[in-house]
Amino acid sequence: MATYFTITREDWSLHRQGQMDQERHREKVREALKNNLADIVSHEAIITSDGQRVIKVPIRSLNEYRFRYNYQKQERAGQGPGDTRKGQVIGREGPAAGAGRGPGAPGDQPGEDYYEAEVTIDEIGNLIFEDLGLPHLDPRKRPDLTTRRYEWNDVRRQGLQSNIDKKRTILEALKRNALRGRQSIHPIGREDLRYKTWDESYKPETAAVVLAMMDTSGSMGEFEKYIARAFFYWMVRFLRTKYDNVQICFLAHSTEAREVTEEEFFTKGESGGTRCSSVYELALEIIARRYPPDQYNLYPFHFSDGDNLASDNPRALEMMRRLVEVSSLVGYGEIDSYPAGSGYYRSTTLYTLFTKEIQNPRFVATVIREKGDVYQALRTFFGPEQMAALGGASL
Amino acid sequence: MNTAHVNTAQEIRELERAIERIVGKALAMGLDPFPMRYEICPAEIIYTFGAYGMPIRFSHWSFGKAFHRMKMSYDYGMSKIYELVINSDPCYAFLLETNSLLQNKVIAAHVLAHSDFFKRNWRFQGTNRQMVWTMAAFAERVRRYEQRYGRDRVERFLDAALALHEQIDPFPARQGRQERPEGQGPEDRQGDPGGRGSRERGADPRDPYRDLWDLDRHLPGGAEARPLEPAPPEEPRPPARCRDLLLFLMEKAPDLEDWQRDILSSIRAEALYFRPQMETKILNEGWASFWHARILRELDLTPEESVEFARLHAAVLAPNPYHLNPYHLGFYLLTRLEEKHGLEKLFEIRELETDVSFLRNYLDEQAVEELDLYLYRKEGDGYRVTAAHREWEAVRDGIVRLITNGGVPYIYAEDHDFGKRGELHLTHGYEGVELDTHYLTRTLPHVHHIWGRPVHLDTVEDGRQVRYTCTGEGQVERKVL
Repeated sequence: MATYFTITREDWSLHRQGQMDQERHREKVREALKNNLADIVSHEAIITSDGQRVIKVPIRSLNEYRFRYNYQKQERAGQGPGDTRKGQVIGREGPAAGAGRGPGAPGDQPGEDYYEAEVTIDEIGNLIFEDLGLPHLDPRKRPDLTTRRYEWNDVRRQGLQSNIDKKRTILEALKRNALRGRQSIHPIGREDLRYKTWDESYKPETAAVVLAMMDTSGSMGEFEKYIARAFFYWMVRFLRTKYDNVQICFLAHSTEAREVTEEEFFTKGESGGTRCSSVYELALEIIARRYPPDQYNLYPFHFSDGDNLASDNPRALEMMRRLVEVSSLVGYGEIDSYPAGSGYYRSTTLYTLFTKEIQNPRFVATVIREKGDVYQALRTFFGPEQMAALGGASL
Repeated sequence: MNTAHVNTAQEIRELERAIERIVGKALAMGLDPFPMRYEICPAEIIYTFGAYGMPIRFSHWSFGKAFHRMKMSYDYGMSKIYELVINSDPCYAFLLETNSLLQNKVIAAHVLAHSDFFKRNWRFQGTNRQMVWTMAAFAERVRRYEQRYGRDRVERFLDAALALHEQIDPFPARQGRQERPEGQGPEDRQGDPGGRGSRERGADPRDPYRDLWDLDRHLPGGAEARPLEPAPPEEPRPPARCRDLLLFLMEKAPDLEDWQRDILSSIRAEALYFRPQMETKILNEGWASFWHARILRELDLTPEESVEFARLHAAVLAPNPYHLNPYHLGFYLLTRLEEKHGLEKLFEIRELETDVSFLRNYLDEQAVEELDLYLYRKEGDGYRVTAAHREWEAVRDGIVRLITNGGVPYIYAEDHDFGKRGELHLTHGYEGVELDTHYLTRTLPHVHHIWGRPVHLDTVEDGRQVRYTCTGEGQVERKVL
């Protein structure tokens, strides 16, 4: 009898396969996030989150696809508390339908078909910001501010043993052996050893100011406001993540413009008509008073539905020209919720006016028609092409 | 280190004594399990094994995803695996180290019955009882392939093979007959081991029963009297449809390398190994629950233990409005059958039935009514009951339909040279339920990845014949025929 069974207990502490494959899955989630950034950037849950929270993002590409029945059209089986009748509704779709969520948990909805990745906003931010930068950042302004950096950019024959560059060492050995007619890595001699080493470099810190200007007039509907906030939300995060001493001014306007706090900027709505010149004027005033252009890199960004008072257009154009003159880059984003190509009305917007009248690489305008375009707008203003075109410096 | 639940030597001795009694009772009552290897593991390990289905299996991100999900729901206290049992000889059973003594008693009895089921149910007779090692060896080969061919390439191919792992013929013995009419195609390139030429029954070096077929020749009467399988005069026949997609691809996909064939073949072998467990979920869990209840009744439990047992048993058997609980359904039916026909009948059922036949034969009006089983369907944003106990036969048939073919649609390979262009033609064996098109359009590229040329799949949507054609990664077109 005693041989019929055994009980053992071993040390499993080195068994890591689950964790390793989980890590690979996480990598794939990150890849998928990266490919879906346009959708994710304007995801409701992010813009309305407090910024720290872990959010759930649906990711479709990570399902394990196979041939399967259409759950929506399939009859399924369940078990009730007794005397369930034909025609009875046993539950409704939606997150509240069950006690617990997760595979096989009681109440789990049938046929859920996407994977929800749990990510922090910071993780998403890192993906978005990876290759973004402030274009045309002039490091000569205020050269007194510098930071010291270490760069692993050199390979030497001497160095610390822990910094050995295995790949280069093996290549050297291969080369040397090949010269002697041997196809082998071995022997590896002392002369083959290569070490990674670092350089210290001093980088000038640059003083940059971003002027975030938003149209809060009555014509800015829910969608328009959402888009503008989504853009500024990421812009602010981006600037704070990548640059240590960027200052951000928040300006809101309808027919009048005023400087507001960050919180007001993201929460308050107003009403009334639109005079964009008012906010450009305020921006110029703030620049003159607090941020002289010879000391600061200036980045004014304005988001509007472009529905400016026609009588204000000449003045708005004039002010915009002056902004472009003093700034490193001026961004103008126009939110167009009208279906594409719907008539002449839209042809009188600020976008058409500005793009026609201002031919300066430092003026960049873009039109946003749907949520997914927010990501594109970020890339238009801060993306690698912009950086390359203007010879920008990234810190 | 987990300090909360250190299993001291004394606790293990206590468990040992309990299991000895349990095994004694089980054998006395007629169970016939494999020798048991109980292993006490931390939660991480149990969840790893749960996600992979085996102690050692090849690495793939989907297992990591499953592991993470199971582990999360355990950490949040939403669900718990108490044990994991492997169909092998000896039979390995893994116990969660945080189990109480009473829980371990229940589980020890429960897995004994599983072990008996693996050993005696007809559906498991052909399964590889050394699969633990077969899978470990494959895992090692995959690791080598990753080193040689690059992780991304191997992973991409595993993605594709896994997408089709359910598309096998659960009875491989039939395949000898199915494939023969295919004739001598040009596809046996490079004399690969999986190729057609060597596929004759008995000639396949991987066929573990080869020697048995050879024995036939030595039977009285010899080979002349009873030729192996029909060897009729070969005449050209139309290509037979093949429902074993993995096998079909393995043999006919034009440009596969050996390592890719090995992956298809091994994933297929793993799927074939797991298949009987899918087909006997209700019966097997019902059988194990029946026996843990029966054996625990025979043990002298303290009043506290009795309460704990009742609670555990009820939790395991809790019904669910959206899914069938196989433990509950199986337990109920077996308990009632024993009352009616005695224990002997139960042993017969565990030997001869699978879920489909079990439900067909024994899920009657009384059962549907007492269990309150029903069918439901999505309507708008609600789930509406379409048949309940008054239509008990419809309920029974609906449940049988859900588990037929493991709940997976039938996909057939029809032609490997479709339109004389070397394209692959698949058809869906439509039986009234449509395919999930979202999934379909993302699965076809996987088939394309293996096949290397355009792939077509015919199915039915809204009563019309439609054809999906995949000409490359992400390129799927739909056309009404």
